[in-house]
Amino acid sequence: MIPITHAVALSGILFLLGTLGALTRRNLIVILMSIELMLNAVNLALIAFSRQWGNQAGQLFVLMVIVVAAAEVAVGLGIVLALFRNRESVNVEDASLLKW
Amino acid sequence: MIEATPNSWIRWVPLLPLIGALVHGVLLAFFRKPLARTLTIALSCGSVVAAFALSVLLVNELTRLPADARVMTDAMFTWVGTANFSADAAFLLDPLSAVMILVVTGVGSLIHIYSIGYMDDDQREDRGFARFFCYLNLFTFSMLMLVLGDNLLLMFLGWEGVGLCSYLLIGFWYQDTWNAYCGSKAFIVNRIGDFGFLIGLFLLFWSLSDAGHAAIAFRDIRAAFPTIAEQTVQLPQWLSFLPGFPEWRLTTLIGLCFFLGAAGKSAQIPLYVWLPDAMAGPTPVSALIHAATMVTAGVYMVSRMSFLYAEAPGASAFIAWTGAITALFSATIAIAQTDIKKVLAYSTVSQLGFMFLAAGCGAFGAAMFHVVTHAFFKALLFLAAGSVILAMHHEQDTDKMGGLRKLLPITHKVFGFGVLAIAGFPFMSGFFSKDEILLSARLSHVPGHEALYAVALGTAGITAFYMARLYFRTFLGESRASAQVRAHVHEPANTVTYPLIVLALLSIFGGFIGPAAALNPVKGLLGISDANSNSLANFLAPALASVHHEVDHWTEQKLAIVSVLVAAAGGALAFWMYVLKPGVPVVVRSALGAVHQLVANKYLVDELYDRVFVRPLVWISDRVLYRFFDAGVIDGAIVNGSAATVRGVTSHVLKYAQSGFAQSYLGWTAAGAAVLLIYLALQVA
Repeated sequence: MIPITHAVALSGILFLLGTLGALTRRNLIVILMSIELMLNAVNLALIAFSRQWGNQAGQLFVLMVIVVAAAEVAVGLGIVLALFRNRESVNVEDASLLKW
Repeated sequence: MIEATPNSWIRWVPLLPLIGALVHGVLLAFFRKPLARTLTIALSCGSVVAAFALSVLLVNELTRLPADARVMTDAMFTWVGTANFSADAAFLLDPLSAVMILVVTGVGSLIHIYSIGYMDDDQREDRGFARFFCYLNLFTFSMLMLVLGDNLLLMFLGWEGVGLCSYLLIGFWYQDTWNAYCGSKAFIVNRIGDFGFLIGLFLLFWSLSDAGHAAIAFRDIRAAFPTIAEQTVQLPQWLSFLPGFPEWRLTTLIGLCFFLGAAGKSAQIPLYVWLPDAMAGPTPVSALIHAATMVTAGVYMVSRMSFLYAEAPGASAFIAWTGAITALFSATIAIAQTDIKKVLAYSTVSQLGFMFLAAGCGAFGAAMFHVVTHAFFKALLFLAAGSVILAMHHEQDTDKMGGLRKLLPITHKVFGFGVLAIAGFPFMSGFFSKDEILLSARLSHVPGHEALYAVALGTAGITAFYMARLYFRTFLGESRASAQVRAHVHEPANTVTYPLIVLALLSIFGGFIGPAAALNPVKGLLGISDANSNSLANFLAPALASVHHEVDHWTEQKLAIVSVLVAAAGGALAFWMYVLKPGVPVVVRSALGAVHQLVANKYLVDELYDRVFVRPLVWISDRVLYRFFDAGVIDGAIVNGSAATVRGVTSHVLKYAQSGFAQSYLGWTAAGAAVLLIYLALQVA
């Protein structure tokens, strides 16, 4: 059996990587991918805990998260497309108009 | 306490004029449409005349009660109710207030009728005929509340009300800023007096409740008064210059405070300055408010509190002397005035001084008698002057009058009778009341009462002089008016002349309500004897705490003869100066030069007050209170300052958080989440 700590640690590292990516990368699509990475990290943690305590609810919740992530990607890519059409760029630094 | 007879009709005496005022008020304020002329007259004059009729009936009822139980009350509702005491909206009809309501409603009715004709111009140009009668009715209501109120609070309500109506009526033709200024001056000076009234009220109430008898109604106060009559107050060190230091009787202090209120309302030194300027108002106003009624409120109040002044010899002496000095002072100013109404105004101040002289000497009955006779002849004089002013197209300067004897026969005759009455022509109203005052001054125990008598006698002579002078300059001799004005001079309408005739009859015969036994020419007739000759004094006696002096008839008659001679001398001097030798006044004027200038300019008292009080106060109000505090501190620092602070913080510090950079927002969120997580983790651990 894989000890749960391995799975949770992996989940944590993945989440951290996702956060750092979302915070530092300039390309909007890469930011979206980082957000997906964060979601998958959470999925992993949920599966691990579900396996540890034999509670099916964790796995069920993972299914819902996957569905939501899919919908979110659709919407997110739609926003990126609209933004690209306006600004000819997917650089997040070019989208900071709502500033003082 | 005497058992009071309830009578629920009393309330209608003040309420009828109030209804008139309210109808006018609602129409003018909410519908912006004045009532039609006929309706206005019917409503306003009708309500006051009805109030007079009712007053007559009520006083008749009162006289049917036994002489020692003449008190009727009417309680409407509880106005201020606390555990210890209650101030009710209730009325007290005793001999003192009976006399006052008859004067107020009676003379008031005549003046309302007179105003129909006098204010006619304002009707035609729709310049406020209805508004005038609204204010007159409101005034009548307030004055009646003042005299009928059974407690000090209700009296104060009426007191303030008449002050307000005085302001409204003096500044009636407010389009002229000067009139508005005079109205403000009257109100402000009155307020200074009201401060004294309130302090006196508080002191009285406080000391009574400390003694365990909290009371605000006059009868209750009078009953509980002996408990505080002997109390004293310790004066602080900085007041060491006052006589009687270090200890004063409490009653003296309260009496002086109330007298300050009376001095404001009844135009005594130092608060008389508003009354001459109040002549800016229409003449009926001058007659009603500043001759017959409002200014006598002070005398009424002092008489109502006579039980207090009987125990306050210091205050009484002060009042007597202030009254005498005011009388003399304003009489001298009147000698040099050329405006008809100004002479009458200073005459009013002087006659009020006489009333307070009597009150200070403990002769409250004599003071009230003079209130009544003064109401008759002073209202007559003012209304007749108004008739002259109307005829001369609003000309008030006697320098431009003269020779009106033939052009205004009725006015001339009634004015003449008024002059005789005020001068004290034998057996006219003024004669009886003035002699009673002079007698009380001579016999009183006030320190320096011989001098008091001399001052009063001299003032009586001066009174005769300036009134005769006024008469001669206005009606006799050659007309000094332009031919154009003279062509239009005619006797005014009947509504103007009929009240004059009634008042003239009252001025001539009105003294017979209370002639002193020694001076009564019809004694022995009609069952009039020594005991019942002075019916007014007998009527008023149970309500007043007067000081009684025994004097034999011959002394009284001697004094009367002396005063008639003094008055005759004053009149004769005026006759010589203004009729026989018209060149004399000019010579006297140039001989006296600067002195005449000073007197004609009313001793520059107004200018003094302006320099000493008005300008510094205006300066403080403008520079300190307005510019510094209101505009600077409150508007600037507090209101605008706090807004500016918020604006500064947001626009210079906080706005940088809105970078528009989504990643930084995410960064802050992540940081916040991390902090939260660490905190929770530590908690669990």
